[in-house]
Amino acid sequence: MDKHIHTPLTEEKARELRAGDYVYITGTIFTARDAAHKRMQEALETGGNLPIELKDAIIYYMGPSPAREGRPIGSAGPTTASRMDKYAPTLLDLGLKGMIGKGKRSQEVRDAIVRNGAVYFAAVGGAGALLSKSITASELVAYEDLGTEAIRRLEVVNFPVIVVADAEGNNLYETAIREYASESACEL
Amino acid sequence: MRTIHVGEITKNIKEMCIEANHFLSQDMDAAMKHAVSVEKAPLGCQILAQLQENLQIAGEDMIPICQDTGMAVIFLKIGQEVHFEGGLLEDAVNEGVRQGYTEGYLRKSVVKDPLLRENTKDNTPAVIHYEIVEGDKVTVTVAPKGFGSENMSRIFMLKPSDGIDGVKQAILTAVKDAGPNACPPMVVGVGIGGTFEKCALLAKKALTRPVNEHSEIPYVKEMEEEMLQKINCLGIGPGGLGGTVTALAVNVETYPTHIAGLPVAVNICCHVNRHVTRIL
Repeated sequence: MDKHIHTPLTEEKARELRAGDYVYITGTIFTARDAAHKRMQEALETGGNLPIELKDAIIYYMGPSPAREGRPIGSAGPTTASRMDKYAPTLLDLGLKGMIGKGKRSQEVRDAIVRNGAVYFAAVGGAGALLSKSITASELVAYEDLGTEAIRRLEVVNFPVIVVADAEGNNLYETAIREYASESACEL
Repeated sequence: MRTIHVGEITKNIKEMCIEANHFLSQDMDAAMKHAVSVEKAPLGCQILAQLQENLQIAGEDMIPICQDTGMAVIFLKIGQEVHFEGGLLEDAVNEGVRQGYTEGYLRKSVVKDPLLRENTKDNTPAVIHYEIVEGDKVTVTVAPKGFGSENMSRIFMLKPSDGIDGVKQAILTAVKDAGPNACPPMVVGVGIGGTFEKCALLAKKALTRPVNEHSEIPYVKEMEEEMLQKINCLGIGPGGLGGTVTALAVNVETYPTHIAGLPVAVNICCHVNRHVTRIL
């Protein structure tokens, strides 16, 4: 089902989303990947402040290529989400409501999604040029020294994603693959 | 004896890094177009159509096909009658990568130390594989490798008694485990034989072979065809969201090995399987 949502992503809005929904996001989202998550974790452990407000926020696991002159951003597709599994449950418990990436999540992350009424979206991996067209502005927020891994605030318009893991515990990767797998034909 | 100035190497590698990250090779382009026509899942078709649009935008607007513009893997086949002048060959290769990634607006994804993890900020060094061959030419292949799929690659040190079924099972296991993480539809490079490191190199090389070409060894060709068909029955599909096109090709390379061993490496690549070759 096609749905349009505007940020912030409240729990009420997140709970209406179901695995398999095709969602267009408009509003503000933040980028963070491996190194930025590590820094945020360290900040939390040492009692420091996070550079972004997590409540009802969406984090996009993405490190863009450099922008050419006159463009807000370069190529901007998702990176593999499982590398952030170690950090995600803590952030979800602090109010993060949406994550955009690609690939499987751990049971711990899926439990935290259910516990907090959150959602995990997949964007199409390897479609960074196309996805960049839905980003209208990009602004550096923190950790500039990390280069492509810095935290950025993005303004997006109808950014296309698919709900993979929803607040009810559904997981599209498992159900969709089962539908097209022919076990007998795979046997050697 | 033929003398080549290393500046030629730098200039070509710079251009090839930029070309590889914005335009798929003809074989990959044709395979991606074919995929749209055979995929059975509606969502899979939609994703493949988006990937077509993505390729078009990448070429027209010069935005990299994927933001992960990879670690630059470079194969150099050097004719033994070639003499290089003007500096060190390795420096010239890295200078080409530096210029290509900086001037071409490509992402800098390389860290100087695997544990200290400080970005080198120019995507160097490249991973360079040298081979000495006959003649007076230099064949350069630039194959930027993204790590979503690299991380899902595997090495299996099988026993000789595991035989061909063991090899096939290893390939299926690697692809199944990779699933949506490797950005399917993927290209599967397989190296069989040699030693621990040789089979990994064969698997990487297999990814640079055009996806519309099969092995010249009859039983290997058969295995490539069978494994492609089996992989496409796994149901993983485009984006890992279900479908009948999970892989575009399975390329297998083999090499003699030891009486006690059967090494198998499976190097997985996403649908942005980049490779550009020039003969200098």
